[in-house]
Amino acid sequence: MTGVRVLVGTSKGAFVLNSDGQRKLWDISGPYFGGWEVYHLKGSPADPSRLYASQSSSWSGQVIQRSDDGGQTWQAAGNKFGYDGEPGTHQWYDGTPHPWEFARVWHLEPSLNDPDTVYAGVEDAALFRSDDGGMTWHELPGLRDHQSGPSWQPGAGGMCLHTIIQDPSRADRMFAAISAAGAFRSDDSGATWRPINRGLRSEGIPDGDAEVGHCVHRIAMHPSRPDVLFMQKHWDVMRSDDAGESWREISGDLPTDFGFPVDVHAHEPDTVYVVPITSDSEHYVPEGKLRVYRSRTGGGEWEPLTRGLPQAHCYVNVLRDAMAVDSLDECGVYFGTTGGQVYGSADAGESWEPIVRDLPRVLSVEVQTLS
Amino acid sequence: MIRVQLPAHLRRLAGIDGEVQVSCPGQATQRLVLDQLEASYPALRGTIRNQFTGRRRAYMRFFGCGQDLSHEPPDSPLPEAVAAGAEPYLIVGAMAGG
Repeated sequence: MTGVRVLVGTSKGAFVLNSDGQRKLWDISGPYFGGWEVYHLKGSPADPSRLYASQSSSWSGQVIQRSDDGGQTWQAAGNKFGYDGEPGTHQWYDGTPHPWEFARVWHLEPSLNDPDTVYAGVEDAALFRSDDGGMTWHELPGLRDHQSGPSWQPGAGGMCLHTIIQDPSRADRMFAAISAAGAFRSDDSGATWRPINRGLRSEGIPDGDAEVGHCVHRIAMHPSRPDVLFMQKHWDVMRSDDAGESWREISGDLPTDFGFPVDVHAHEPDTVYVVPITSDSEHYVPEGKLRVYRSRTGGGEWEPLTRGLPQAHCYVNVLRDAMAVDSLDECGVYFGTTGGQVYGSADAGESWEPIVRDLPRVLSVEVQTLS
Repeated sequence: MIRVQLPAHLRRLAGIDGEVQVSCPGQATQRLVLDQLEASYPALRGTIRNQFTGRRRAYMRFFGCGQDLSHEPPDSPLPEAVAAGAEPYLIVGAMAGG
């Protein structure tokens, strides 16, 4: 029997939402790791029972949790994240050199093929890898050691590596994105990296067309077309058709092009979803209306999706890792809000229903399609 | 045996129910107590002190016999009553909101 498992990370624990293929009735379990921030949890594409979770707190730091039974039980894995060699400095908010310091894991990306291999994107920005199911971690230092590294500065949320994408057609190609350094690509399995930010333009940096320094919020790819990337930048929704070599703006008729998440329909590579947010100083949806915008043309032309979503007095945000799609025949779309609601659509966004309304602030949403 | 009390969030993390007892052969110090504690409960590694520097995490505090031991050198002897097990060694999450 097919079904979906939605993995929700919040500011006070994790929740697991299960449903069958109809996606009408939900079984909600949690909180797991109650009281801790769970920035992200994600399942292995190679073994859906294997889940990884990033659990952290200001008091007790970082913990990595692993489940081998789809989230019913969890075991603490390894949490020793040490930068490779002498880490050096990056720029602090005021432009002064600041030592690279590990703060937390923002994003966990299990390997496409091996359930024991998982990547971690961390703050201060670096990429780590584990090949033993999360028990031990080592940095892939080629990213942070890029010559531009000492010039990277944190975004408002910290200098986080929040996006890791593996190219399913080229095992040696990976993408990563960092706030506020930009997007990067490796063509040698993460050994070396180069910035891929040509075409981005940012007003908040001295040279708006600089090679690095752009506040990329999220990148999404459809696995059938890995050279096409969609990006929600701080401001601007962007598209690349050449694996990040160049970008063009596709904000089109969006009411605002500021936002955090971007995702792609599971079966239609040119159907893209974003959630416009009022501005960089007003992190809530415009006009008190919660609207997901969908483009069916690969960007440029967007339609608001509102049925079932609050259209008055709503002032929530949707964070960068808090949207996901399932791959059932009728693509399901899910997102969580800073107000603690998790919404789901079983018809590609035409209509929405709250799966749960009163969770803590939602930090991340992932979906597993189960067969 | 030295009695160690942990905050609730760390008891849950390590699967501990109530107080923990650790043995410290020779002179009992905070470093030895924490070494023994982490050896018995590996999930606690990195949650009380930095795994690389050994320094106490900023929002964790150590109390014993009504004293704040947080700023004592880690190799200083523990108060006699704590070392003898008459009083517990308290690991406390600082009151910092949240």
